[in-house]
Amino acid sequence: MPSLCRDCFLQIESLTGRRCPACGSPRLVSHPELFTLSIAHMDCDAFYASVEKRENPALRDRPLIVGGGTRGVVSTCCYIARIKGVRSAMPMFQALKLCPEAVVVKPRMELYVETSRAIRALMDELTPAIEPLSLDEAFLDLTGTERLHRAPPAVQLARLTKRMETELGVTGSIGLSHNKFLAKLASDLDKPRGFAVIGKAETETFLRPKSVRLIWGVGPAAQQALEKSGIRTFADLARWDRKDLAARFGATGERLWHLARGQDARRVSSHEPLKSISNETTFNEDTADPDLLDGHLWRLAEKVADRAKARDLAGRVVTLKLKRADFTLISRRHALRDPTQIADRIYREARALFDAVGPRGPYRLIGVGLAEITDDAQADSSGDLLDPEARKRAEAERAADAIRARFGKQAIVKGRSLR
Amino acid sequence: MKISIERAALLKAVSQAQSVVERRNTIPILANVLIEAEGDTVQFRATDLDIEVVDRAPAMVERAGATTVSAVTLHEIVRKLPDGAMVSLTDDGASGRLMVDAGRSSFQLTTLPKEDFPVMATSDYEVNFTADAPVLRRLFDKSKFAISTEETRYYLNGVYMHVADGDGGRKLRCVATDGHRLARIDADLPEGAETMPGVIVPRKTVGELRKLLDDDETKIAVSVSETKVRFATPEITLTSKVIDGTFPDYSRVIPTGNTKVMEVDASDFAAAVDRVSTVSSERSRAVKLSLDQDRLVLSVNAPDSGAAEEELGVAYDDEKLEIGFNAKYLLEIAGQVDRENAVFRFNSSGDPTLMQEGGDGSAVYVVMPMRV
Repeated sequence: MPSLCRDCFLQIESLTGRRCPACGSPRLVSHPELFTLSIAHMDCDAFYASVEKRENPALRDRPLIVGGGTRGVVSTCCYIARIKGVRSAMPMFQALKLCPEAVVVKPRMELYVETSRAIRALMDELTPAIEPLSLDEAFLDLTGTERLHRAPPAVQLARLTKRMETELGVTGSIGLSHNKFLAKLASDLDKPRGFAVIGKAETETFLRPKSVRLIWGVGPAAQQALEKSGIRTFADLARWDRKDLAARFGATGERLWHLARGQDARRVSSHEPLKSISNETTFNEDTADPDLLDGHLWRLAEKVADRAKARDLAGRVVTLKLKRADFTLISRRHALRDPTQIADRIYREARALFDAVGPRGPYRLIGVGLAEITDDAQADSSGDLLDPEARKRAEAERAADAIRARFGKQAIVKGRSLR
Repeated sequence: MKISIERAALLKAVSQAQSVVERRNTIPILANVLIEAEGDTVQFRATDLDIEVVDRAPAMVERAGATTVSAVTLHEIVRKLPDGAMVSLTDDGASGRLMVDAGRSSFQLTTLPKEDFPVMATSDYEVNFTADAPVLRRLFDKSKFAISTEETRYYLNGVYMHVADGDGGRKLRCVATDGHRLARIDADLPEGAETMPGVIVPRKTVGELRKLLDDDETKIAVSVSETKVRFATPEITLTSKVIDGTFPDYSRVIPTGNTKVMEVDASDFAAAVDRVSTVSSERSRAVKLSLDQDRLVLSVNAPDSGAAEEELGVAYDDEKLEIGFNAKYLLEIAGQVDRENAVFRFNSSGDPTLMQEGGDGSAVYVVMPMRV
């Protein structure tokens, strides 16, 4: 059976014995379809806790809980704490009752975001088809990348997790299959530091005894509705006629029919319909300097506008986010009459929101965004009677955009952005 | 306090009071109406701290006195009483209850001490004049649709009432705008109003004022200071703070050089706009006006839901023009025309458009076009 050593990446066509013939490692993964499958789900193991342990090696062998803060719940715990029964989303007092010796640290999001970006960079080297689900998990479509990387997807994934361990100090588990639904199920089978494969051949036998609860979007309520119709497992679901399911559950029914057969045609794509577009900056030093903040507001508005324009989108709501030195968050939003993608309008609205907040700095972070995203057909279509210059500024911005498109990003910039 | 009052008179007085009271209230006394009985009248006073309304009604006062009860509850009770009932309100001043009795119905409402009720400070009004109800009705009815709801531009959240030069001399003028459309309505300047300071009358006050203006025969006593405005009839006194802000210089917004003139029957036009905009589900429906010699084609093209077109005979004698507008805005300004044809004056597809009723310069509307 085709096998792969996850330590030395040796590819073995037919394995004899239980260890790698080259390096002697027992960390082998074997599957008949191992070298042909190409849709993967990568899920980091106890991500926040791993990052914290990396930052402070003294914590390595101690049970660690990341959480607390304002909500007083466990946001992540390491595997040592999990042995004691601690789970994420558990109230802190309960977690500490189960595991009194645990070290509790407050989440440091910036650190996790930074590590997440680094992981993303490693994945970017493999394929452009990446769909991040959160900071610590993502789908990857490695179809057609075998010749480029001179290795089948399974090998690339093994290398990826290895690099994550050695370069970033975090571990992850891989699920490899032929669609997103199964890849995500697979990544959960062999945690932590796992590598699990669900092939086409065993898809149905694998699913049959499993609870329909595994389906994304089937929560307790949906599960109850399904149970009323006698559907507990995938086997139950597979017995249903396609038309009956559709009649009973509408569009969801159609989806269920396919999932019952392990079919999932969703593409791995980062171009999911956007709910919002936002950019933010964390300062090296907290600042209350209005000129400096104003410069940031403009640059952020411009970035947001660039992204909206690039996707032919516009937003009906402008948002402002400020994080004060003590980490308290201030967020403000303002709805516009017609959606916008013009940096000048985004900036002016964000600036008005900023002024309305008043002097509450110093701030450690500032962010500007657009929400209630729509297509840009109706964007900036009506002028402002009281601000006749607005139209000219919008036209100037479009002209500047055209110049930048032709001569490069730095060809023309606003003086304001140099502050 | 012990009074008897006819149900209809009570309902009228209490309903005005309860509409001033804010529904969501954190200060309990502000949910109440202050009832004061003396001589042969009873007075109902309600406030949201920005607006105060005092309503007087004739009543048989057996025992003078004052108390406060929930405005909404009292209103609901009175509303549900049978027509023609005599209602008695009794407060012994000790039990903390107001008895409301009518026929076989009897209610007890908890009261709050009258001393806690905030009475709006009287102010020195610089200008006092009298205006006929229909004059004020026209000024505010025709302008209020353009009031902005945008909180960031709080100074647009009302009607700017001031004195200005109009057709044939000094005028009493009301202007409202939200940046997308503007209404400017003039009336003959009442005697004594010449030195009136310009004030921004808040949206809610405009709504409350409207209830004073239904009867054509009513004369309204208007008093204005820099910070307050008061409208009074013999029965009702409405006092309101004005918006503390500067209304923008609207005169530069009103185009003067628009030469392309279209004259159209206002109700035909509104009906056509309404029909073609049906196909679009967008929140801001754009209607395209295509003008040619004596011919107007209204069209809507909504890629997701469909398209519509309607032709209308108009008087137009200029070069071809295509211009888009928000359908709602067009409907609203066309709806203001009540006597004559609507006369639109265009410049280009990107410039503000002017609309008037016939040749009447006392009501002018401006609307900003949309890109289509």
